[in-house]
Amino acid sequence: MTWTAEKIKITITGYFIFPTFSFLSLIIFLKNFISVMGDLQIKKSATVYDAVIVGSGAGGGMAGYVLANAGLKVLMLEAGPFFDPKKDSLQLKWPWESPRRGAGSTRAFGDFDAAYGGWTLDGEPYTTKDETDFQWFRSRMLGGKTNHWGRISLRMGPDDFKSHHIDGLTEDWPISYDDIKPFYDKVDRLIGIYGTVEGLPNEPDGIFLPPPKPKLNELFIKKGAEKAGVKVIAGRGSVLTEALPGNKDRGACFYCGQCSRSCKVYGDFSASSCLVIPAIKTGNLTVIPNAMAREVITGKDGLAKAVSYVSKDDMQEYQVQGKVIILGASACESARILLNSKSAIHSGGLANSSGVVGKYLHDSTGMGMGGFLPQLLDRKRYNEDGLGSLHIYSPWWLDNKKLDFPRGYHIEFGGGMGMPSYGFGRGIQNMNGLVPDKNGNKKEAGGFGLSLKDDYRRFFGTRVGMAGRGTAIAYESNYCEIDPDTVDKYGIPVLRFHYKWSDAEIKQAKHMQETFTEILHNMGAIMTSKTQGPETNYGLEAPGRIIHEVGTVRMGDDPKKSALNKYCQAHDCKNLFVADAAPFVQQGDKNATWTILALSMRTAEYIVEQRGKFNI
Amino acid sequence: MNRRESLKAIGLSAASAALLQGCKEETVKKENAAEPVKAETGRQAFEVERNNQLKAQTFFTDHEMKTITVLADMIIPADDKSGSASDAKVPEFIEFIVKDIPEHQVPMRGGLRWIDMQCLNRYGKTFRESDSNQQLELVNEIAFPLKAKPEMKAGVAFFNRMRDLTASGFFTTEMGFKDLGYVGNVANKWQGVPKDVLAQYGFADDKI
Repeated sequence: MTWTAEKIKITITGYFIFPTFSFLSLIIFLKNFISVMGDLQIKKSATVYDAVIVGSGAGGGMAGYVLANAGLKVLMLEAGPFFDPKKDSLQLKWPWESPRRGAGSTRAFGDFDAAYGGWTLDGEPYTTKDETDFQWFRSRMLGGKTNHWGRISLRMGPDDFKSHHIDGLTEDWPISYDDIKPFYDKVDRLIGIYGTVEGLPNEPDGIFLPPPKPKLNELFIKKGAEKAGVKVIAGRGSVLTEALPGNKDRGACFYCGQCSRSCKVYGDFSASSCLVIPAIKTGNLTVIPNAMAREVITGKDGLAKAVSYVSKDDMQEYQVQGKVIILGASACESARILLNSKSAIHSGGLANSSGVVGKYLHDSTGMGMGGFLPQLLDRKRYNEDGLGSLHIYSPWWLDNKKLDFPRGYHIEFGGGMGMPSYGFGRGIQNMNGLVPDKNGNKKEAGGFGLSLKDDYRRFFGTRVGMAGRGTAIAYESNYCEIDPDTVDKYGIPVLRFHYKWSDAEIKQAKHMQETFTEILHNMGAIMTSKTQGPETNYGLEAPGRIIHEVGTVRMGDDPKKSALNKYCQAHDCKNLFVADAAPFVQQGDKNATWTILALSMRTAEYIVEQRGKFNI
Repeated sequence: MNRRESLKAIGLSAASAALLQGCKEETVKKENAAEPVKAETGRQAFEVERNNQLKAQTFFTDHEMKTITVLADMIIPADDKSGSASDAKVPEFIEFIVKDIPEHQVPMRGGLRWIDMQCLNRYGKTFRESDSNQQLELVNEIAFPLKAKPEMKAGVAFFNRMRDLTASGFFTTEMGFKDLGYVGNVANKWQGVPKDVLAQYGFADDKI
């Protein structure tokens, strides 16, 4: 790749820049920059890639994988550092290997969690208005949020893609389940997923590896749920419970239960291990880490020409050119890039003549409850780590026509003798007074000394928890936009969020609370969660908290009402594509990742096909 | 049987066993509280730097640390199964965690002073200088939230926090793991709940 700027000319060879970058050239590189400091300039690469992809998560990673394997020369920009789980994962570490014993002081989900980034990033603010409490999780690293996610891999069903007929509240996707099914199938085979064939109408089956057996607490959950009329089936997750047929680069799961730390043997799906790193090996994909995309540059013809970025390594400005530009920066970040990509032709931001970019933002609903099972006090010890995704779950089981809220939710369950870390035994004074002691005597809550020490042992492994993840309605009135007053430390205007839950989500959360209470009661659990009322939306989490935010650059057949066509190609700019969760029209209760992967694969195959026809 | 063979014997695929074998040996190293670390694989530079900065700082006074030690050992004393909180270096953990999670600082410092003032007024001595019967008397008044007198609520809140931090600090050590009987965090093949346990809870006949 050749970089040009007024005073310097540097050549970097190799398809993967930083590891192959010699120390000497780094010094020369830096010296040159130091010599031109003071007159900041934009370094433009002369290379024109077949495609430039922004983002390396599920969406960007899949697009890179498909295009590199099809022989295209692809450049991928990632806003964070390179990350290879084989080397960088903190899997199998013990809590005492962390001075904070795994507490989440610098990593939101704990000190060993794989995700760099979090709810707030130093120097990269976002703002809210109208008393919105929207929380935006960003993972700046190779693989993005796929490093730490729950590996819960659910297909959306026919009624999720075409949901308008249910109650008129939501809009249909321009594609149906049948359009995307072949891609879900290919994703299943390429990446691997476990589950059971159930034949449920709106929970399509996949090509499954065997699921893990339930843990003890989950057997109690199953009984309690079924008594409440809630169907419980095997979980569906992208973890290799067996070797993946035809794949020699990935090992099978060895049941440490730590998928969220990312897997050193590539036994689960991370975009890094399963997509980006294999794509690099084709020789066709180059990754530039620590490259924070600023905007997409368009030409006089209105087509996308280049991506402008700031390097976090040297704080210099760069532009890289692509025949096709693909945004996979995450739903909100991709919307931000488009809205910041203003030009004479695209005056309201790129791909935004409809004005929909940033709108229809929606995150899954979330509400969780827990308790403990007194029948499991003093339980026998054995290794119950299991795998780090769902062992069992409940797909939506009711008919909303008979309920006071329009759409459903699924339930994720957990509990058992997991590895202790910071927070172990917290709040025991809220538990140990609720059950008799070993001799059957009433016990005073709290305490200290030998009897308390024994309580910690007694209660180990008795906890159960359940969380609902439900459909939130995509409203035009929930959106992110550019905050005209605020820039981040790179000078890039930031996002401002406006989001309000409606009755549809709040009443759904109320139903979750009632259901979970009944399940916990049925299984003989003692609840430790407090019952919540309307003042806290019945425990409904703030939007953004579930990290399933989607919908901000939605697809559709009508260019007046959508930014992208049914191949996630911008109506206004035919060589611009979006490959993350931004194109979602309306999310079902299913976690977004498997649909991001299938959509991105479909988009990438379309790009290859259109190139063949010289259309782009 | 070497490590790789034993990993295979428990049902791991050859690929997983080989990969794990390679990565495990380099990662086993103990956290040394005192020594600054230059870099750590998988850690961002700011994390390493922050840890070093925190370790170089001191929050609690000598008197406060001694008080914390007395309280932690009252909460988790030694018994025939394992050592005490201070044997597991819980006070050192508490010193670190209040620097790491600053919202602990005011309640901990203030709570320690609160119990000292209680003891000074009652016994003319600080908590740690009071005799063990006096210490017991005070702790009994703040360790049981539901029966504590209203004027002792501040002490209850402090003791709840102290109890939580002591449990976190103790049960996240090798000593705590052995005490608890946690046997995971190793490569294995999960094959479901053991048969005897299924039978114990009445699941023997269920189709699982």
